[in-house]
Amino acid sequence: MPNLRRPHAHLWAVAVLTAIAVFALAVPMLTGADPRLTDFAAAYQGPSSSHWFGTDPAGRDLFVRTAAGLRVSLVIAAVCAVTSAVLGLAVGVAAGALGGWVDRTVMRLVDGINALPHLLLGIVIVALYPGNLAAIVASIALTHWTQVARIARAEVRAARSATYIEAARLSGATRTRVTVTHLVPAAAGQGIVAVILLLPHAIWHESTLSFLGLGLPPDQASLGTLLQDARAAVLTGAWWTLLFPAAALVITTLAVAAAGAALRDRITPPLPERAIR
Amino acid sequence: MLTRRALFTVPLTAAVSLALFALASRSPFDPLAGYLGDRYLTMSTADKRRVATELGVDAPWWQQWATWVSHAVTGDLGYSRTYAQPISAVLAERGPWTLLLSGTALAAAIVIALAAGMWAGLHPGGLLDRALAAAATVVQAVPPFVMSLVAVTVFAVSLRWLPVAGLTDPGADPTFGQVARHLTLPAAVLTASLLPWLLLSLRQSIRAAAESDAVLGARARGIPEPVVVRRHILPVALGPFTTLIGLRLPELLVGAAIVEEVFSWPGLAGSLVTAARELDFPLLAALTIGTTWLVLAGSLLADIAHALLDPRVADDA
Repeated sequence: MPNLRRPHAHLWAVAVLTAIAVFALAVPMLTGADPRLTDFAAAYQGPSSSHWFGTDPAGRDLFVRTAAGLRVSLVIAAVCAVTSAVLGLAVGVAAGALGGWVDRTVMRLVDGINALPHLLLGIVIVALYPGNLAAIVASIALTHWTQVARIARAEVRAARSATYIEAARLSGATRTRVTVTHLVPAAAGQGIVAVILLLPHAIWHESTLSFLGLGLPPDQASLGTLLQDARAAVLTGAWWTLLFPAAALVITTLAVAAAGAALRDRITPPLPERAIR
Repeated sequence: MLTRRALFTVPLTAAVSLALFALASRSPFDPLAGYLGDRYLTMSTADKRRVATELGVDAPWWQQWATWVSHAVTGDLGYSRTYAQPISAVLAERGPWTLLLSGTALAAAIVIALAAGMWAGLHPGGLLDRALAAAATVVQAVPPFVMSLVAVTVFAVSLRWLPVAGLTDPGADPTFGQVARHLTLPAAVLTASLLPWLLLSLRQSIRAAAESDAVLGARARGIPEPVVVRRHILPVALGPFTTLIGLRLPELLVGAAIVEEVFSWPGLAGSLVTAARELDFPLLAALTIGTTWLVLAGSLLADIAHALLDPRVADDA
C-alpha cells in the first residue's frame, strides 16, 4: 500500500484517529444525551441543525448513537486485539523457546486454524454462546492469535542463536530466566505492532457479528447494531442511518490500519524495494 | 505431496468436529429446546428426559460425536430444524445458488484483476496505477456488509435499477432473466470485496517480473514487447496470483455468507448465518465441516495450478 508509506502519511492517520477518539469519547460525555433516548415525534428525520446525523426510526439521535457505538466498538476491538496479542505472544514464545514436539504441535494448530475462514469460525463460537460479550472476545481472540504466534515464534528463534542469549546461558541463567528476561522482550516489540494491526480486524469482526444479529444485543449501540438498524431503514429512503455509521466504521478502520503500518515501519523498517526483489 | 495433503483432511476434520461438539456441550443452549420448540415450555421434566434419551442428547459429548460420525460416513447428516428438511436436501437445494453467486463473482474479479492489474503493473507510477492502488486500499477497508447496504441504498432504493433482494421477483419463476437481474447486485458486491487483494498482488508481482534480469535480457535481445509480456512476464507473475486466489477462498466464503444474508440469496453460505442464529446444530456442524473441506480443496487446487504454471514450484512440491 504505497500511499500509506509516504513519510507523513502516519501524521494524517494520527490526526484522524485523535479526531475519532475525541468524537467517540467527548460527544456522549459533553452532550450528556442518552443514545437510547427515543423521541417518536422526531423519528426518521434527515440531518438538520438539531440532529446533525439525523434520527433513526425510533427518533434516537444518530450523532449521539454513532459516537456511543464507535466507543463500544473501539473498546471491544481493543480488548480483542490485546487478548489475541497476549495469547499469540505466550504461545509463540513458548513454541520458539521450547522447540521440539511443543513447537511442532503448536505450528500444526496454527496451520489448522489459519486454514479455516475466521469469521465463520467466529460465527460458530458466538452462535453457541448467544449474547455473551466474552464469547465475542473469544471468537476474535481464538481466530486471530495465530498471526502473532507465528511472528513471536520467528523472533524468538532468531534471538535464540544470538550471542547475548548464548552469553546469558553460559553465565548460568536457567531456561526460564533466559525466556523471561531475554526472549519475551525480544518478541514484545512485534507484539505491540500486532495489537495495532489486529485492531482493524477486530473492529471489522465485531461489527459484522453484531450486524448479523450474532454479536451485541440490538439495543446496545455499536457500529454493527447501528448498521443492522440501517438495513431496514434504508429501504424507506433513510440514507443517513447508513451513511454516518458506515463512514465512522470505514474511516476508523483506514486510520487505524495506516497508523499501524507506520508504526510497524518505524519498529522494523521496510527493506529497500530492490532488496525485496 | 498430494497424498500427504489429502491425508491432512482426516485429522483436521476430526479436530474441527470434535471441537465443535465440545463447544456445543458447554453451551448454555439446551438442544432439546431447539428440537421441541414451544413444546419445551409445556412438557414435563420426565417427558423431556425421555425425549432426550431417545434423541441421544443426554449422552456425553464425545459419544454424541461418535454417533454423529458413524451416521455422517453413511451420508446421513441429520435433519435441519430451520429448513424442515434433511440436511442433504438443504445442501442439494441451496448449494448450486451459492456456487452460481460465488463463481460469477470470482470469475469477474479474476478477469478485472487481470486486466487492470496488468495495465497497472506494466505502467508503474501512471495515473491509472496510482488511482487503482488508492481505490483498492479504500475498498479493502469497507466490510462486505457495508458494501452490500450501500449498493442496496444506491442502486436498488434510490436509482431503482436493480431489485433489493431475493432470487426472483415475488411469485415469479426462476427464469434466466429473473435470476440474472437479481444476481447482478450481490455478485458485484462480492466481486468488489475480492478485487482489491487480487489487484494489488497481481500489480506487485507483474511489476517485480517486469524488473527482473530475464526481462531486461529479453528486451536487450530485441524481442518485441508483446512477446516479452506474454512469454517472460505473465508466466512468472501468474504463479503467485493463482496461489493467492486459493488463499482468498475463505474470504470468498465469508463474503458470500454476508452478501447472501443481506440480499436474501437462497444459497448455502447464507444459511450458515441462519443456522448460527437459529442454533440449528446439525446444519451448523455440516456446514462447518463442508467449509473446512472446501478451503482445503481450494488451496490444493491453487497449488496444483501454480505448479503447472511454474515448473520450479513443482520440483520442490
